[in-house]
Amino acid sequence: MENYVYIALFAPLAGSLFAALFSQRPKALVTGVVTSTLLFISFVASVILLNHVHHEGAVHVTLMDWISAGDMSIPFGFNIDQVTAVMMTVVTLVSTVVHVYSNGYMDHDKSFNRFFSYLSAFVFSMMVLVMSDNFLGLFIGWEGVGVCSWLLIGFWYHKADVTRDVNPSISPSWAANEAFIMNRIADLGMLVGIFLIYWNIGSLQYADVFAAVPSMNHGMLVTIGIFLFIGAMGKSAQFPLHTWLADAMEGPTPVSALIHAATMVTAGVYLVIRANPLYSAIPEVSYFIAVLGTFVAIFAASMALVNRDLKRIIAYSTLSQLGYMFAAAGLGAYWVALFHLAAHAFFKALLFLGAGNVMHAMDDELDIFKMGGLKKAMRWTYLYMGLASLALAGIWPLAGFFSKDTILEAAFNEHTYGIWLVLWFTAGLTAFYSFRQVFLTFAGDERYKPLGFHPHEVQKYVLWALSPLAILAVIFGWFKEPFMEFVTQFLPAYEMSEHTEHNVVILTVVTTAIALGGIIFAWMRYYKGLKRDEKVEQSLPYRILLNQYYIPILYERVFSKPYAALSKVFWEDVDQQVVDATVDGIASVIQESGDSSRKIQTGNLSDYLKLMSGGALVLVALVLFAAMQN
Amino acid sequence: MITFAFYLFAVLITGLFLVTVMSKNVLYAMTSLAAGMVLISGLFFILGADFLGVVQLIVYVGAVMAVYAFAMMFFDLSRDVEERHDKPWLIFLLGGGIALTLVVMFAAPIMGEAVHALYPPVAGATNPQAVGLVLFTKYLLPFEVASVMLLVAMIAGIILAGKKMEISLSAMDEDILPDTKENA
Amino acid sequence: MITLNHYLILSGLLFAIGLVGVVRRKNLLMLFFATEIMLNAANLAFAATSSYYHDLTGQMFAFFIIAVAASEVAVGLGLLILLYKKYGSINLDDFTIMKG
Repeated sequence: MENYVYIALFAPLAGSLFAALFSQRPKALVTGVVTSTLLFISFVASVILLNHVHHEGAVHVTLMDWISAGDMSIPFGFNIDQVTAVMMTVVTLVSTVVHVYSNGYMDHDKSFNRFFSYLSAFVFSMMVLVMSDNFLGLFIGWEGVGVCSWLLIGFWYHKADVTRDVNPSISPSWAANEAFIMNRIADLGMLVGIFLIYWNIGSLQYADVFAAVPSMNHGMLVTIGIFLFIGAMGKSAQFPLHTWLADAMEGPTPVSALIHAATMVTAGVYLVIRANPLYSAIPEVSYFIAVLGTFVAIFAASMALVNRDLKRIIAYSTLSQLGYMFAAAGLGAYWVALFHLAAHAFFKALLFLGAGNVMHAMDDELDIFKMGGLKKAMRWTYLYMGLASLALAGIWPLAGFFSKDTILEAAFNEHTYGIWLVLWFTAGLTAFYSFRQVFLTFAGDERYKPLGFHPHEVQKYVLWALSPLAILAVIFGWFKEPFMEFVTQFLPAYEMSEHTEHNVVILTVVTTAIALGGIIFAWMRYYKGLKRDEKVEQSLPYRILLNQYYIPILYERVFSKPYAALSKVFWEDVDQQVVDATVDGIASVIQESGDSSRKIQTGNLSDYLKLMSGGALVLVALVLFAAMQN
Repeated sequence: MITFAFYLFAVLITGLFLVTVMSKNVLYAMTSLAAGMVLISGLFFILGADFLGVVQLIVYVGAVMAVYAFAMMFFDLSRDVEERHDKPWLIFLLGGGIALTLVVMFAAPIMGEAVHALYPPVAGATNPQAVGLVLFTKYLLPFEVASVMLLVAMIAGIILAGKKMEISLSAMDEDILPDTKENA
Repeated sequence: MITLNHYLILSGLLFAIGLVGVVRRKNLLMLFFATEIMLNAANLAFAATSSYYHDLTGQMFAFFIIAVAASEVAVGLGLLILLYKKYGSINLDDFTIMKG
């Protein structure tokens, strides 16, 4: 089994390095084919491992000793348990689809090879993140995906900066930096958490750490839990570190699908699930996580309601669904969170890739107000996105229904009716904005025609590549029971109380009702075509939502601008006036003393003799003086 | 008598050496140097170091001064030497300072009482005999080293001075000299 | 009565004269003369000490100094001749080739 572990882990790295060899060359189809093939191999190995873990239990391998200094010993070890196996399979599956899809999507891009190199490097980092058996390995993967995310968001770095009115994300490189810096803030928290763990437990191995949790001081556990969660908040774009995710849509769409929907942003959820013994021991932090997740769910969904940008709507939807996952994890229903994570990965990747098809057809136009009626030209994409949106909205029998419904049940089961109510309402919002987007894009009048677009369906093999995601988005929910049995071998089981069992039918009906209500409302409003209501668009709530609650502007005013001003002060007043002046002063003192003492070196022996005599005189005088002292 | 001789010699030596140092004429300087050295040998005789006095006369006044005299022939020094002095006061300040400190030092009662002679003169022997006894027994090795040094110096002197002996600079025309200067 | 101090003071004065010569002279040959004066001053001090302490060691040192002085003159004058052949001068000011 060890070999499968290494194949699953290192195949993406091999692909990345192979593609990197061609990075400076013009497009070579071979890079796309090779990386996709290697990813597929990695996927197959992951599935084999999943099967093995299912039957035989967890696999643990140690690649090599990594750091051993004094008492500190951190091996490069990998532990494939149920959670990791699920994550690996999800990551490699979505990655494989995205790789194949990118062959078509990036067809005309001049940096085709570079793109595949980054993409495979990302998958490798993500695999390290989920496979590591210790916190430090997780952190390495965590940083690795951060770097790859930065590289890929800023993939079209050559685009110039524009104002916020033209493009809310300003430019790809701006968005990339924003994402990276926000993650850096969060990663500091995570690093502090890891330090605290090492300081208190003396090991970073998951097994040792979680074994030590019951005997630890509660206050310290809370501190560690909070700091680790800060890391998770950054990576999973939870409030208040959420702004980067929407801006990250500046990257190529396959990147948005893979990194900013299906895999990387779920790393925070993965961390909470992974550290479940820790979070189980600190219910107050868990409750906070649940509340924050719930808040982010409705907060993001509300922003998605009014947005006109195809990808941003999906990005907010991702944010909202991450909120659901955190809510589930915070309520202790870890397997439910993982289940929703996997289901969400499938339908959200599908949704994004479908959006990529639309973008491709519309020459990178993202404004859904300028689309409409695309279903004629793009039948298959319409089907895929419709399916994905149904799954997202939580309509039976698609994947989202099972996972989201279970989260709501868990919220009900915990008697946190507030959370339940908010999540329930958010389910309606989710259905509404998903179908608002689908209908505005594919149904109604063909608003693109006057604008001179000629949409066309994408290549056949791209559509075929999407089919696994579509199938999984439909059927994944049917495997809820086997999935639960499988992951609860490792994760704590979550039992619904009898009270909840009684109400399951009612809950299901109520949830489905609001989801259907949202869809129907969207259908009524948008199916026939876009009817813009000036009064609504000018209203204050609409503008607040459209401007993301003015949070990016607030951040800019409160953090960026004062920071820039402070930096300027430090640059001009401290660095230039004090530091540079000191250094220059030392240099000029030395130069001037050298310049004046240079005159001693006349090259005339006579002058040297004079100096020597002067020295002799001083010495003799010193001797005399010393003698007189005695 | 000895007191008178000492002061006479002291005044004469100081005067002659001052001439050596201050004179513009090489010949004067060298002659006064030689005379000063002769008088120093006189002081040696007063001090009872007969052999040293003789050596002083032979080596310094005889050999060294002869070498200087020969060397002079290489350099065109019949004219007065012209020396530029930027800061004459500095020279005398340095010299005077050193002289003053040394005089202050030596004027102090510095003579130790408990100094034991390492090699006292052998009773009954004359100075040259006593010197020979010490030099060829206790200082034999330094003596041999000194003789080797002198041999080396002799060969070095011959080699250095003998190089390109066929070129006579003093016989050259003035206008050729700048050429040789540029080769420097 | 002439004591050792008298000799040492005389020796110090002669040494100072030699030093003045060393500092003052630009002509290398004259500079050699000045060094001879300094060496002789030292010799005088040695001989005087030797005499007053009835110890021959001082005279021994004086001999060696004379030997060194002789060697110095031999080698020094040889070098001086080479220098003169090269520059056509034995004035120190003419050897100043640094552009500092």
